[in-house]
Amino acid sequence: MARRKGVESSIALADAVAMCKVDAISAYPITPQTHIVEHLSEWVNDGELDAEFIPVESEHSAMSAALGTSAVGARTFTATSSQGLALMHEILFIAPAMRLPVVMAVANRSLSGPISIWNDHSDIMAERDIGWIQIFAENGQECFDLTPACFKIAEDKRVILPTILNFDGFIVSHMIEPIEYWEQETFDKFLPEFEPQIRLDVKNPSTMGAVGVPEIYYEARMAQHMALVNSKPVIKEVFAEVSQITGREYKVVESYNMEKAEVALVMMGSLTETAMTAVNNLKAKGIEVGIVRPRLWRPFPTEEFLEVLGDISVIGCVDRAYTFGAASHPVASEVKSVLYTSDKRPQVREYVMGIGGRDVRIEEIEDMFMQLIEVKNTGKDFPIQYIGVRE
Amino acid sequence: MAKHPFELTWKEIPIGFVQTDYMSAKKNHTGSWRSERPIWDETHCIKCGVCALFCPEACIKTDENGYYHADLDYCKGCGVCVKECWTGCISLKPEEA
Repeated sequence: MARRKGVESSIALADAVAMCKVDAISAYPITPQTHIVEHLSEWVNDGELDAEFIPVESEHSAMSAALGTSAVGARTFTATSSQGLALMHEILFIAPAMRLPVVMAVANRSLSGPISIWNDHSDIMAERDIGWIQIFAENGQECFDLTPACFKIAEDKRVILPTILNFDGFIVSHMIEPIEYWEQETFDKFLPEFEPQIRLDVKNPSTMGAVGVPEIYYEARMAQHMALVNSKPVIKEVFAEVSQITGREYKVVESYNMEKAEVALVMMGSLTETAMTAVNNLKAKGIEVGIVRPRLWRPFPTEEFLEVLGDISVIGCVDRAYTFGAASHPVASEVKSVLYTSDKRPQVREYVMGIGGRDVRIEEIEDMFMQLIEVKNTGKDFPIQYIGVRE
Repeated sequence: MAKHPFELTWKEIPIGFVQTDYMSAKKNHTGSWRSERPIWDETHCIKCGVCALFCPEACIKTDENGYYHADLDYCKGCGVCVKECWTGCISLKPEEA
């Protein structure tokens, strides 16, 4: 059905954006996202992509311009990382409030300081609460497959919300992988033309981004919150369609070896692929452990997550970002919150690893699984484990 | 008649909080927190309109005789008109408690 080629994940993602027939791209280069917009700007310059490329002076302007193009009815894309995402911060909240379905790729990178261009999840975790749909891709193929999915979800009349596609900077963004491309006609069939639900139009005047006085702000925020909560069925529907097109399974929560697992680790992003090797190694020794990977982070897929957990009695949450001074780091915090209101009460242990591009070794993950098995057998308790930090 | 915006439930909020009702901000009477109101002494007013030009709310209009007055639905009693008036014919009078 489809062509398979050896290509860098960033380039594959950019190709997918072009094949989605994007109308406008506003972006500012920042490592490790740069290859995506660099590639798109070349295409626009060479006349191969009929889109407006807006070179801006900062990410704050990139996001502001993206809201503008989306508001006039253009299918809009941007991409960023780390400090760039942080610089967008105040504008990020406005996109979902104004229900503008911008799609943004975020090559996850650690935040300063110290200055680091390497991968972890601190950039996106600092933007957890911006109201965008947030999806985590695991590898280059997912980056390609999920790009059209993001546009379709964002623009669906039942959703109309901006969407972020996260993938690990360098580890995924700069990796050359064999990636199966969809045909252009598959894109065209899958992704209909963008029909904006709201549009700035001089012939039909309206005010976008108006003041919300105390008598109405609360209701407006509630409407926005419910729009995000209610987007989950559509996300599942679109994922199912992508599964059908590609033959690759796309669920909001993925699992690995959970049918047999005695204990499991919960983690997001490309780390899962390393962890799968650890699961296989332990399996060869007759030890059954599993992985739970939320692919969808916002809205958090609570029911699906609990279903995947099954009756497991011990889980470990792996965080790749700090929430300084908090009781738990982001993933663990979310998971514990979900479990508290559920009937399920597996024991939870917490881990932090892969911070600021620190390598994660398969043996470390195997050790974590073994530690969880010890928890299962003895109930051993321990505080958050910072794997690999020199003490 | 359509509901006043302040009566809308969250389910009735227009998508993206877009306001399609042209000039709808006029419905918000923003003069309610005024503590002083400007009063024109018509015996000294020369109808120059400087007060209206400088009014930050653009709420000063002429009456049928060409004299200027503030629309108290929007006037916040800021006193800019008093400061700018050429003849000194505008004064601020405290609102009744």
